Amino acid sequence: MKHLSVPLLALLLTACGDPQGSVTAVDVSKPQAGGTLRVALEGDPQCVDPQQAGNNTALNVGRQLVDSLTDQDPLTGAIVPWLAQSWEVSPDSRRFTFVLRQGATFSDGTAVDAAAVKANLEGVVALGARSILGSTYLAGLKHIDTPDSHTVVVEFEQPNAQFLQATSTMTLGLFSAQTLALPPGDRCQGQLIGSGPFVLKSFVHNQVVSLKRRDDYNWGSSLAAHTGKAWLDGIEFLIIPESGVRLGSLASGQVDVNTGVAPQDEGVIDSQGLVLLTRANPGVVYNLALNESTKLFADINVRQALNKAIDRAELQRIISRYQKPATALLASSTPLYRDLSSLLAYDPEGARKLLEDAGWKPGADGVRVKAGERLSFRLDYWQQTPILELVQQQLKGVGIELRLNKSTISQVTAIQASGDYSVRFLNLTRADPDVLRTVYDVAGYNINNRQPGEVDRLLRESAETLDNARRQVLIDQASELLLRDGHAIALVELATVLAHAKNVHGLHYEASSRLQFFDTWLQP
Amino acid sequence: MRTSWRYLVGRGWQALLVLWAAFTVSFLILYALPSDPVSIMLNQSGEQTTVNQQQVAALRAQYHLDEPLAVQYGIALWHAVQLDFGNSIQSGEPVSRALADALPKTAALALVSLGVALVVGVGLALAASLTRLHWLRDVLLGLPAIAVSLPTFWVGLLLLQWFSFGWHWFPAMGNQGLASLVLPTLTLAIPTSAVIAQVLARSLAATWRLPFVDALRAKGLSPLRVLLVHVLHNAVIPILSLSGVIVGSLLAGSVVTETVFSREGVGRLAQAAVSTQDIPVVQGVVVLAALIFIGVNLLVDLLYPLLDPRIGATR
Repeated sequence: MKHLSVPLLALLLTACGDPQGSVTAVDVSKPQAGGTLRVALEGDPQCVDPQQAGNNTALNVGRQLVDSLTDQDPLTGAIVPWLAQSWEVSPDSRRFTFVLRQGATFSDGTAVDAAAVKANLEGVVALGARSILGSTYLAGLKHIDTPDSHTVVVEFEQPNAQFLQATSTMTLGLFSAQTLALPPGDRCQGQLIGSGPFVLKSFVHNQVVSLKRRDDYNWGSSLAAHTGKAWLDGIEFLIIPESGVRLGSLASGQVDVNTGVAPQDEGVIDSQGLVLLTRANPGVVYNLALNESTKLFADINVRQALNKAIDRAELQRIISRYQKPATALLASSTPLYRDLSSLLAYDPEGARKLLEDAGWKPGADGVRVKAGERLSFRLDYWQQTPILELVQQQLKGVGIELRLNKSTISQVTAIQASGDYSVRFLNLTRADPDVLRTVYDVAGYNINNRQPGEVDRLLRESAETLDNARRQVLIDQASELLLRDGHAIALVELATVLAHAKNVHGLHYEASSRLQFFDTWLQP
Repeated sequence: MRTSWRYLVGRGWQALLVLWAAFTVSFLILYALPSDPVSIMLNQSGEQTTVNQQQVAALRAQYHLDEPLAVQYGIALWHAVQLDFGNSIQSGEPVSRALADALPKTAALALVSLGVALVVGVGLALAASLTRLHWLRDVLLGLPAIAVSLPTFWVGLLLLQWFSFGWHWFPAMGNQGLASLVLPTLTLAIPTSAVIAQVLARSLAATWRLPFVDALRAKGLSPLRVLLVHVLHNAVIPILSLSGVIVGSLLAGSVVTETVFSREGVGRLAQAAVSTQDIPVVQGVVVLAALIFIGVNLLVDLLYPLLDPRIGATR
């Protein structure tokens, strides 16, 4: 359905002109209070509890309801104070001591104190798999102490440097004891009492999530551009599944922000006098992770040949102009990212030589063979992406046959669970380089089905330190090994693209490329 | 009268059988699909999940997804008999509440659309029967064929483009107020009115050729009076028989219409639940839809004898 709508509407919209007329010049340095921001979401958030949620629509709603212990600077990746005014981390990154600011309250009037922090973190652990993101952040939680009402000591079984960044996410945002006592399902439906700048007024599935400003709010993050309460009176998140309808509604002034811009619509948005806002998603870029328990990918030569056979510059031609080919396994917006594009150079000759050396000779139909077996493998995936067909062509150029099987999430998960796969296509958003350990460490998710090696040692050591210089060295080395040994074939970065009307100001992405509306204001 | 009661009781048993069959077939189909709702929930962002396997297994056990098919079916059926369809796996909302929220919205849309479709469809068929201009009759009878071929989705987007994005007459989304009902109603009424017009026009033409019409005309009644009073009365039976199909197409059409117009309703609920394999919600929707069908067909059967005394309700 979505394919039909977009070209049609694009055509019609171009003909219909700008209905809002030109926006007069305004002093954008002087924010004005008031107004309700209407934000189009592409899908039902399902569960608006940010501690449980895994999808971006729900996380974008949840972010407005809760505050976090810390915040993360989207430009530098630095962790800065929010509800915690200061913290200390033990040298082995197992003990984290937070000192809370005083005076913050939940919207039911109870204090945001040490006991509340303890109850929230323990609550996320108790949610188990229901906390889709949080269960990873708090793995190995040993014990939480509250020596006084504004000091919290969190201790882990193992070094856990990523925990500091995790405290800046909405996933570890804080709710009052009243909310924590509710069953997870009720919380999903919006029975949430946080300490954030907005409170939830109503949630109607497949329709709207309405938020209202909290007038006594006065504990914004140290990154916020202003103090006191939010500028907006409220926010209405409208659920509009059709990309063409989201676009038309924005262009005709029925919504102010469209959070789900289809790549095909980007050109039309420019010509409609709307503003595009885009940011690369930090974390692991879209990549092919090879299953090294298969005979084919146990051979390092084949894995390396795959990496050399891909022409990433050519991928740029078919992706959104706001998306970039991968220059490392980490996206460029990830803290401690380092450009490793020298390891991702297009070298078809090198690829052919590696395959020859490994005994794969050109076969009759152009696909290489070895001992009667063809150099061929299947990829089951569900993601909407144009790049895999091009990757298929590029691999064919060196005699590798990639069979693409586009399927549904449920089928792909079933195949992956059965273990009968050669390769997986994935990405994972997280504004911390520890995401590499989460996905590739043998002791963690072990997506490659690998035997333990040097790279695991490096990844685990990187989780033991918050000394940036030391961590940078370890992450660099681990990234290099993951790419050089062909554990992951990095392809392109994911970018989040939204569009908003010209009278929306102060809207920006937070560090994990999700939205924070505290500083946002509407020009009347 | 006693026979009527016996008839109703018999129909009641049939209805229960249909409900059970709908429940069982949908359960088996959902069970036969690969994967399960828990893995879909964990992957809902489209990104790689890193939740560990023990935690996933624990969550699966909570929904009895680790039990054998027969046990899962038994549990689901036992709860369904008590009208408890459980909670949505994706959102945690009780299924009964989700249905109760969505049903009035879809019912309003479907009923208004049905009303509009009847007026347009019947009007078109009557006009085609009355006109003496051959070319006009051909044009009028050609309209339903075109309307039936228009994809609902495309019609909806076109209406949005003109009346909402272009001229700002109606809102593009939502369930708020009567204005939000206009465009979705039109979208849903167009194919329905076409079906009604096609069937009625054919039935009118057939009835028009029956001998009693000649008798009435010979008595000196005007063609208009013969048509409206006598022919229409006799020709309407096929439309009544089609009611079940029409209600079905309205429900099916609501999936597309509610998606295009971003409306809350049973169609949206069903679409989302099927795509995320949210078994409790799908089961709830299936049983609800079966109930509606049973109700409509029962109503039709009871109406037949009122319209045509030759058909008895005592079969």
